[in-house]
Amino acid sequence: MKIVVCVKQIQNPEIPAAQFRIDEEAKVLIPVSGLSPVLSPFDEQAVEAALRIRDRAEEGADIEITIVTIAPKGARAAIKAALALGADNAVLLNEPTFDGGGGYVTARNLAETIRAIGDVDLILTGRQAADGDAGVVGLGIAEILDIPAITFARNVQTADGVVTVQRVLQDGIETVEADLPALVTISNELGKVRNASMRETMRAAKKPVKEWTPEDIGLDETQVGSSATRYELERLYIPVNEIECEFISGDTPAEIAATLAQHMREENLI
Amino acid sequence: MTDNKSGVLVVVEVEDSQPIDLGLEMLALARRLTGIMGGTVTAVAFGTGLETTGETLTAYGADQVLLNDNEIFTNFHAEAWLPDLSKIITEVEPALVLIGHSESGTDLAPRLAFRLDVDVATGCESIDIVNGRPHMTRSCFGGLAREVITFTKTPALATIRSKSQQALVPDMKRSAEIKHVSSILDVNAIRTRVVNRDREKAVGVQMESAKVVIGGGLGLGGPEGFKTLNEIAELVDGAVGASRAACDLDWCPRSYQIGLSGRTVAPELYIAVGISGASHHMAGCGNSKTIVSVNSDPKAEIFKSSRFGIVGNSQEIMPALAEEIRKLKA
Ligand SMILES: Cc1cc2nc3c(=O)[nH]c(=O)nc-3n(C[C@H](O)[C@H](O)[C@H](O)COP(=O)(O)OP(=O)(O)OC[C@H]3O[C@@H](n4cnc5c(N)ncnc54)[C@H](O)[C@@H]3O)c2cc1C
Ligand SMILES: Cc1cc2nc3c(=O)[nH]c(=O)nc-3n(C[C@H](O)[C@H](O)[C@H](O)COP(=O)(O)OP(=O)(O)OC[C@H]3O[C@@H](n4cnc5c(N)ncnc54)[C@H](O)[C@@H]3O)c2cc1C
Repeated sequence: MKIVVCVKQIQNPEIPAAQFRIDEEAKVLIPVSGLSPVLSPFDEQAVEAALRIRDRAEEGADIEITIVTIAPKGARAAIKAALALGADNAVLLNEPTFDGGGGYVTARNLAETIRAIGDVDLILTGRQAADGDAGVVGLGIAEILDIPAITFARNVQTADGVVTVQRVLQDGIETVEADLPALVTISNELGKVRNASMRETMRAAKKPVKEWTPEDIGLDETQVGSSATRYELERLYIPVNEIECEFISGDTPAEIAATLAQHMREENLI
Repeated sequence: MTDNKSGVLVVVEVEDSQPIDLGLEMLALARRLTGIMGGTVTAVAFGTGLETTGETLTAYGADQVLLNDNEIFTNFHAEAWLPDLSKIITEVEPALVLIGHSESGTDLAPRLAFRLDVDVATGCESIDIVNGRPHMTRSCFGGLAREVITFTKTPALATIRSKSQQALVPDMKRSAEIKHVSSILDVNAIRTRVVNRDREKAVGVQMESAKVVIGGGLGLGGPEGFKTLNEIAELVDGAVGASRAACDLDWCPRSYQIGLSGRTVAPELYIAVGISGASHHMAGCGNSKTIVSVNSDPKAEIFKSSRFGIVGNSQEIMPALAEEIRKLKA
């Protein structure tokens, strides 16, 4: 079985707000210096989901896990991290012409890459990238490839050409299945990602990484990156919503609580 | 724009035959936008038992209502919605389509966009019209930034965050054309099969409509902390929510999660207890009218978005608050 996991390399999404910078003029993120980029957390969990499928498979089952990413030239952190976790190989789309595509272009370029890889049974993506927060690329790939898609998975299992997914609902869980090939987007409820073992980390450096050009996926330069985009970024900014905080103090918790309760009563909330 | 698409189409979700609040909020947005760019407001609802839905949607701002009343649409299933919805949008030719940024909307909208070969802006907080084109403002970078985007192709699709808009006061005197559409769905074309669905029965006040929401985080120290929060919520007819970190540790049901990858609330009062104030969490409660936070760290980020702050141990403050509220109510 061939599994493709689409991963995006991003700035660490958990940096303190005070360190986060934007160049409003150029409408771009100013990377925090000295901070290494990371695999977007939901995508890391998508890699984990693929590895769990392989762990559960019968001895001798042939499961190949391929990582696909569109990333700027030189960006290797995400691929390295995914290979160190245990993926087998990777395809990297890092020609500058791939830069700046929006959700539509990214989905299209990834879909063509998956077609070029050929005979892929299962595609895993994150529920959303932790920088753009859009949640469109995964479903886009499925629509373009005309295959079923199941979103927000916390558990993915495959057997006899069928994928069975436990999907996270706002107030519960549903079990959904589809025939392969299919696409599944992974949510954080999948749980903890394993630590990269020493052995896999050492092996990772030797795992095959192909660098593909637009031509390799059957597209020309007008069909990739910013030249194909149908998206215009009018403005990018950091909202200012700091308000003056009035601290409620008192000698005992009861005194503090009484003041708060009084405020609540004045606002008719009690 | 050189095409003849105009107006706004709103996809309204229906629950127990009633349109959900978010649907009504989007109708208000659609009215405001058509007021600027012209065109009409079309409301579309899929479900069963939609006898009075048309009137309700009219009162809240629709000029035209299309109802797809069919057993198949009792429960949401993206693949079942897509063929009919694509057809309706192609026929109505709106300039903009609004879909709720809800559990089903986030599953539906991207598929719909690709099927129509157009683009979608997800999780929008506001939309303005500039030179006749929708400029959509959405949160990105985990809530730390906002981007304003436009699309070159029409219709533009946008999913709208709950409570980012305010529904209009219903006007029973408004009139609209209410039409029933018949489904073109071929059920054999549905490729995903729901084999089991297990929803927790919602008890008490729903978070989205509660006037007071109390959110608990790791600073509660353990699942027992949520007991006190539940007690207070009951006293004030409020609801309890949580940070993702607390949900991840199973201190509370997952359905409590507020934030970027959880629910969005905007109550009169949000009390954040032992929550640090990560942008991902604030993305789900930042629009609350007043935020009060209880945190043992005077430098906690959460105080920057709080109107009132209490520096202290949640395990002491919260039981005391429950007690004081009980006294006031006595
Ligand atoms: C500041 C800023 C400026 C932008 N400017 C522009 C612009 O000028 N023009 C433009 O067209 N777009 C622009 N974008 C891009 C656009 O907003 C989104 O990045 C795009 O819609 C994709 O959404 P997402 O990155 O949130 O991915 P999502 O749709 O949230 O991603 C879902 C999943 O798809 C997969 N995936 C996503 N991206 C990749 C990738 N590169 N490689 C491999 N897998 C991937 C991952 O598994 C991911 O979890 C900009 C974004 C930002 C934040
Ligand atoms: C892509 C992405 C999506 C995410 N989505 C969400 C989301 O939807 N919702 C969400 O909430 N998070 C989300 N997160 C996680 C988020 O970044 C934070 O990690 C999380 O919100 C932290 O939860 P917390 O505030 O409970 O814990 P912490 O950050 O650990 O904060 C605990 C707080 O409790 C205080 N405290 C400790 N002891 C006490 C005490 N005795 N009394 C009072 N206060 C005390 C501490 O000072 C601290 O401020 C997301 C993260 C990512 C990367």
